[in-house]
Formats: sequence, structure tokens, C-alpha cells
Amino acid sequence: MRREADSLTLFAQNGAAPGRGRRLLSSLRRLYAVPSAAFGATIVIVFLALAIIGPLIAPYEANQQEFQDARQAPSKAHWFGTDHLGRDVFSRVLLGASEVLWLSGAGTLLAVLCGTGIGLTSGYLGGWVDELVMRLFDSLLALPALLLALLMLGAIGTSVTSVLFVILVVYTPIVARVVRSAVLSIKTRGFVEVARLQGESLGWILFREILPLVLPTLAVETALRFSYSIFLVASLGFLGVGVQPPSPNWGLMVKEARQSVSLTPWALYYPVAAISLLVISVNLMADGLKRVLQSPVE
Amino acid sequence: MFCNHPLNKLPEHLPTLNIEGLTVAYRQNGRWLEAVRDVSLHIQPGEIYGLVGESGSGKTTLALAVLRYLGQYGMILQGKIELNGKNLLDLQPAEMRKIWGREMAYLPQNSQSALNPTLRVGDQIAEILHYQLDMGMKRAQRRAVDHLREVNIADPERVASSYPHQLSGGMQQRALIAMALCSNPTLLILDEPTTNLDVTTQAAILELLVELISQRQTAALYITHNLAVVAQMCQRVGVMYAGVMLEEAAAASLFAKPLHPYTHGMLSSLPRLGEGKASARLQSIGGQSPPPGQLTSGCVFQPRCPLAIEVCSENPALSSPSAGRHIRCHRWEAILKGEISLPTAPGMESPGRMEASDKEVALSLEGVAVRYPLRRTPLDILRREPGRSVRAVDELDLVIASGQTFGLVGESGSGKTSLARAILGVADRTEGKMELLGAPLPAQLSSRKRETLRRVQIVFQNSEEALNPYLTVEEILLRPLVTLLGLSRQEARDRVPELLRAVRLPAAYAVRLPTQLSGGEKQRVAIGRAFAARPDLLVCDEPVSALDVSVQASILNLLCDLQVENRSSLLFISHDLAVVGYLADVIGVIYLGQLVEIANADDLFKPPFHPYTEALLTAVPTLETQSRQKGIILSGEIPSPTEKPGGCPFHTRCPRLVGEICKTQAPPWQRREGSSKRYRCHIPWMELQAAQGKLANGEIQAG
Repeated sequence: MRREADSLTLFAQNGAAPGRGRRLLSSLRRLYAVPSAAFGATIVIVFLALAIIGPLIAPYEANQQEFQDARQAPSKAHWFGTDHLGRDVFSRVLLGASEVLWLSGAGTLLAVLCGTGIGLTSGYLGGWVDELVMRLFDSLLALPALLLALLMLGAIGTSVTSVLFVILVVYTPIVARVVRSAVLSIKTRGFVEVARLQGESLGWILFREILPLVLPTLAVETALRFSYSIFLVASLGFLGVGVQPPSPNWGLMVKEARQSVSLTPWALYYPVAAISLLVISVNLMADGLKRVLQSPVE
Repeated sequence: MFCNHPLNKLPEHLPTLNIEGLTVAYRQNGRWLEAVRDVSLHIQPGEIYGLVGESGSGKTTLALAVLRYLGQYGMILQGKIELNGKNLLDLQPAEMRKIWGREMAYLPQNSQSALNPTLRVGDQIAEILHYQLDMGMKRAQRRAVDHLREVNIADPERVASSYPHQLSGGMQQRALIAMALCSNPTLLILDEPTTNLDVTTQAAILELLVELISQRQTAALYITHNLAVVAQMCQRVGVMYAGVMLEEAAAASLFAKPLHPYTHGMLSSLPRLGEGKASARLQSIGGQSPPPGQLTSGCVFQPRCPLAIEVCSENPALSSPSAGRHIRCHRWEAILKGEISLPTAPGMESPGRMEASDKEVALSLEGVAVRYPLRRTPLDILRREPGRSVRAVDELDLVIASGQTFGLVGESGSGKTSLARAILGVADRTEGKMELLGAPLPAQLSSRKRETLRRVQIVFQNSEEALNPYLTVEEILLRPLVTLLGLSRQEARDRVPELLRAVRLPAAYAVRLPTQLSGGEKQRVAIGRAFAARPDLLVCDEPVSALDVSVQASILNLLCDLQVENRSSLLFISHDLAVVGYLADVIGVIYLGQLVEIANADDLFKPPFHPYTEALLTAVPTLETQSRQKGIILSGEIPSPTEKPGGCPFHTRCPRLVGEICKTQAPPWQRREGSSKRYRCHIPWMELQAAQGKLANGEIQAG
């Protein structure tokens, strides 16, 4: 009865029926009401924008080598300086953004789609299917993510596709677990039971009855996975098993600059700063999403 | 100091609690919304004052204001709260802390969350004695045991050293009462203390409260939505609606002659014990309570009032027809003189009570048992013991004729919901034979054909749970048409307005989401969905127990109407005997998974009764004030199904125990020519009837 009264007052305030679009908008507005989340989201949007317009505004080509300008400290001509091969660090950081973002973004998306499908089905069906899937995922999760990634890349060779595949395999189990645990509490609710009694198909029950209630949790998890994926892509680049030179991958740039850190520290600092800033921002955004979407006010 | 106030003409001595012109508001989105408006009341020592109202009426806010515990979003805008002559609103938080527990105690509704699960019950009581009365901890712990004994706990030592989860709901509530009263407060505030309990437990708790309060001369503020409980417990009653006190009177005169149309409406929307749907349709109050803070000009009840006239758009003054009676209504004088009368609904066209035998059988159950397997411990597996299971429903036979309403009554834990789940096909393990319209009904949902699915539908207790918050009303209503009747989406969509009309909702509601509906409206949508595919059997699991009284009546009426229109059978499950008695043609009483009594609704309320039915009947509070029959108060709680007693399952609590035979032999069905009643007991018909005869002499029809 208490909840009834609450929803009544809520309704009285919102006035007429808010549509889906307006609800999304109000969620965004609430996200921006949390200062740290607003900061994170803004930085992420700036990164996305730079990734898109990067090729247009970059002063140099990513692999344009000017040996006479090698190892230059930051200046008006080279904002972030140049590396040991005379490449412009600012341009490389800028052009590297799109690669990091699309690799980790696409990888996250794949893992989330896969994980959601498996988590929904496994959680709803339960029984031995669930048991089998979950034990399989447990064994995958028993290995540290980076070790698993190295093993897989060693086996299938390094390429953009294999990096995507690695992100998929490493993060699908985690997403699936999160979705599954949400499903377990939703599937016992009355409306799911009514749907079964009305002879609804499995697909309808999973995607129309259960999925919308999982979405808030899933949005938070997606943002978190995204930040981990960025880190994974960079780490693989650093270890030299991910994207290969001369690509302007941030991790790869750190690896190359590390050898001459005493001569060209700027070539190390800027990609490191870019990775940290992006990961921190995505995390702040995820944290804000959690507060907005999973707060008691629905 | 209060004598100059018109409300306080009669206090012979200082009232313990005196509230004057209290206005409380909550802050929401930068605005102050008034939840309690200009309420005055006073309570004398030893008096139980009942504060009745529906959800959202502001009764709990009032209690929190008295406790000065409104939280950061609540504020007392106006008024005076005096406890034993001192104004609480002048006190600092630190001074209030000394008053809580010492002068003023609070008994909450939810005993589970009110007790700390990590502390032993005795220690929690001792804590209060230690901090509030400066008692040494050792001594306080010994005293705690004494306090537990005072609330009629049989083995207080064991309870004191138990953790809350080890106690039953009734026992927890007793422990809380001991806790509230241990420091001998002058004011006790009770907020729906028995709402979550079974009637049998409720009866025992209420009796205990009355006894303790009169013994100690405590002033008590009793907050509840249950009018019958108020009638049993309280000397004076205040009726609240939308934050305003509409009527205040001595309990006896309020229930004998309610003056306010709202009070009258609430009283006539209650089904009376033993009164069926054939005799009178339930009166319901149209519309719904306004959300808090929505300031209406004029009388708050005017939009829903059947007697509203032009003058009602002005705020009515508080008038006093007689000493101690107050009313806020423009038309009370006319109502008192009988110049205008409140409308009463005519008896409804009932499908008539029918005999199970002369009709086609809708559902027949034979030896149905529902088991929940228990997990085998490693020790069990080592000893090679077979897996054990709990029988929630045990070898149960049942027949429901088509078009008939079968009411199933029992305490929580009696197996009513398990039986419903078995019929629906969603129980874990079901054994026995089930037939629907003569065709076998498979126990598992997955092996039921679409046509069978169409025939059986459900309405749940909690409409919050039953409607997907992300689907619109239209989508919810058209799904069964698509999946069960095989209509196309467009055809189904065309029929949605018709369904909305059938459940008396405006067509514009189609685009709404469940969160934009009130509780009663949600239940209407759930009922519309259940009837959409014209089921032959509708299972209703406590469909009205979560609703306010005035809404409950309209939902019951709706169920009746739709059932007649669709010629469906109804399996109506409830713990509320009055509701079941109103709606059902045949009633079954279930205890520990077995039916102990079956009778037509009119026969059920005539003796002989199965001793369990008798206990249930006497435990139900009725609207007759102060008429609590010294009936049977059951000892103990319903046993856990894991340790079901042998012989007659009721023998552990039976007040009419015959002897050894009850413990060893399963009782036979007793029946008699000329009565539809059957009950399962060792005591023969005539003997039981003679023993219970006094109940026949009108006492049971009290309601």
C-alpha cells in the first residue's frame, strides 16, 4: 500500500503518461545531476567526438616520420612533442582514439549481446542447462583475464578480429552472470508466471517480459565492461600481442616509448594520460548510471 | 490551558496526549505537500484511541509527528503536541531521545524489520532497560525475562536467548510488545500491529494488548485500516481521510450511527461475516483518495461523496453534534435527522447458490498432493537415506461445479497457495488426479495444450507483481487474445476498449503503464486480462487483501459480475472469512494441506463447526463494539509441514480434543441429511452441535 501511494504521488507530479523517449531524457538529466557522472560522461563524449573528427584535425599523419624532428620536446609545432622516429605524438594520440574506442566498443557490444542472450536463457530455464553453462563460465573466470587473452592470442594469432574475439570470450561470462542473477529474481514474479499461463513463447518471455527489467543493470554493466575493454586493448598492445606496429595504438605507443623514456618522456606520458583519463571517465559514468538507474525511484 | 479550546470541553484530568491543530507536510520536488491538515485529538490515560483511514490518509504521518520522527523531508508546519502537559515541539533532539522508550513507545507493523536480527531478543529488551532506566546490564537481562513472561510467553527464558528469526510472527510481535512496555511508557503508539498476522494470532495479540493497556493505564493511539479491529479495541475513534479528520466519536456511537458519508461508505463496503452476495451487493465508494498535497478547495471528500451539494465546495467547519463527537461535514444535521439517507445498493443478481451435484463439474481433484523436495544433507547421502519432501497439500479431494465459486480459507502455511499452484500447473511436484471439464489436467504446464491453458487463468494478490511495469495496459490486455484465442494483433487491439469497459476503466487507460495506475486500477487490469480469453476456471489468490476497504468492495463486485457474464467457475482463496463468505457458494476450510470442512456458504456459519473453523470464526473481529466473544483462542501456531502431527493434524492446537484417538487415528468425515456440511473430526454431529449451540444463538452473526 505504501508503494501504491508512492507511485500515485509520482504520477501526480509527472502529470500525463511519459513516453519512452521522455523517460530516457529524464534519466540523462538525472545522470547530469550527479557531478562526477556529469564529468565522466562529458569526457567520454569529448573522446568520442575526437575519435570521429580526429583525421580531419590531426596536424600530421599517424606514421609520418620526420627524422630531423625526432625526439623533440612539446612545442608549438608539435604540441605533445615527437617520438624517437620523429612522429607527432599529438596526432598519434588523436588518431589512436578511434582505434581504441571502436575495438573496445565493438568487443564490449559483442560480449554484452552474447552474455545477455546466454544469461537470460540460462537463468530462466534453470536446471541442468544453467548448471552446465555456469560451470563452464566458472572455469573460464578461474583464469586471469590477461592470461586467458595471451593464451588465446598465442593460439589463434594476432589480428584485429582475434582481439575482438578475445574481448568476447573474456567478458561474455561476466555479463552472463550479472544478467542471470537479475533474471533469477525476476522470473519468480507474478507477471512472468502469468505469461507462462497464457502460453507465451520463450522468446516473448525472455525479451519482452524479463529483458526490460534487466536493462538498468545491463546498462551499468556495459559501461563497466567498456572501461575494462579499453584497458584490455591497451594492455594487449603494450604486451605486443594485440594490434601490431606501426598502428597508433595507445598501449603500443607506451610500449615503444618506454625504451626511450629518459630521452622522450612526453611520448610516454601523453598516451598513458589518454588511457587513464578515458578509463576513469567511463568508470565515473558507469557509477553515475548505477546511481540513477538502480535508485529506488523508478 | 486547553479548556478554552472547543475540542476539549470534557477532560476531567489532564490528557496524556493532546494534539491541537496539527499540520504536517513533506517536502517533494521543492514544494511542501501537506499530509496531515489541522488535526486535533486527545487521549486519556487507559484509553485506546483508534485512528482509522485508508492508505495515504496521513495516519502514520500523524504518529511519526507525535514521535518527532518525520525524517529530513517532513516538517510540522503548525499546531501543538503535548505529552503529559509538555509541548514536544519545544524539545531538542537530545531531549526527545529521553522521551522515546521512557514516556512514549512505538509498536510497528513489521515485526521482522523492527527487531535486530543479530541480537538475542532478551538483549534487545535489556538494552532499553539499561539505557532508559539506567539499570545494570545483568539485572536488565533478568528483568527482560520477566517482561517476556508478562506478555504470556510460555517459556520466556528460551525466547530471551533466541534470535528473532527463530521465532514465529506472533511471538516476535509479543516480544515487541514486551519491549514497548518494559519501561512503562505513558503513551503507546501502535501502527497496524496485527496487520501481517493470521486472524487466530491476531485475536490473541489483541486480547493481550487490551489487558496490558487497561492494567497499566497507558494511553494508546491505535492506527489501523481495519474497522472491525477498532470496534473491538477502542473507546474512541477518529476517521481520517486525505490528511483531514472527518469524524471523531465514541466507538459505540460511531459504529451504531455513522454521520459522515465517508464513514458510512466504509462501513457498508465491508462484507459482514455470514452475509452472502445474494442478500446485498457491497456498497463501494467511487473514485479514489486524492494524492497527498493535492489541495482541494472545500470538503476533501466532496469529489467522491454521494451526497455532495453546492455548499460542499466550501471547507466545512468542525461541528460537534454531541459531547465528545466531532464531524466535518456540511450535511450532518440532515443525515442525523434522517432527512437524507445514504444510498444502499440493491441485492445483486446472483447466479444463485447451486448444489455441486446438479451441475456439470468444472474441476475435480482426487488425492492431489503437492510436495516440495528437501535438500539432502551430505550425511543423508552417506547414510543412503532417500530424499525427503514436505507435503504442502496432502491427499486432497475437491469438486467445483461449473459457474460455482469455491472459497478456500485457511491460515498462512495451510497450503492454499500450493493447491492453487498445482491447479495452475506451476507447482514443483504434483501427484494425484486432476480433471478439468471431464478431461485430464496434466500436472505440468509444459504438457498442457493451448486450449487447456485458455481454460485456467489466475488473479494474484499483489497486482504490483502481476503486471509487467514496462508493458502498457493495452499490451497487457491484448496478449491473452493473441496467444490463447489466436487473434491477430490488430483484431486483438480492436477488442481492448471492450475489455477496459468490462472492468469499468476508461478507454484512455490503454496507453498507460502500470506505475501510472492506483492499486485498485491495477487489480482491474489484472482481472480484465484473466477474463480476456473467457476461462472456465479462474483462480483468485487473495485478490483483494492488499487493497483499501472502499476499493475492495468494488473489486469484489466486479469479480461477481464478470463471473456471471463469462459463466466461469471461481476458486477464491483468502484468509478473510467475511470476504469468502460473501463471494463463495461453497466454502472449504483447509488446515495443513487437508480440507477439514466443506459446506455451502449459508451452512458454514451454522453449527456444528469443525473446531478449527470454530476457532477461525470466533477470532474474526466484528463491527459490534466491545462484543469480543470469549471465544476460542488457539494456542500456538500452525505447525511446520515438515513435522506434521499424526492422526488428526489439528490435534496439537484443538480446543475440543477428545483423547488419544485424535493423536493416532485420522478422523472420519461427519455428515448429515439435510445439510451440505461435511467436516472431518472424531466428534459426532449431534455432540458437537450441542457443545457449540450457544454460537448459533446469534453471537456469530454479530458482524
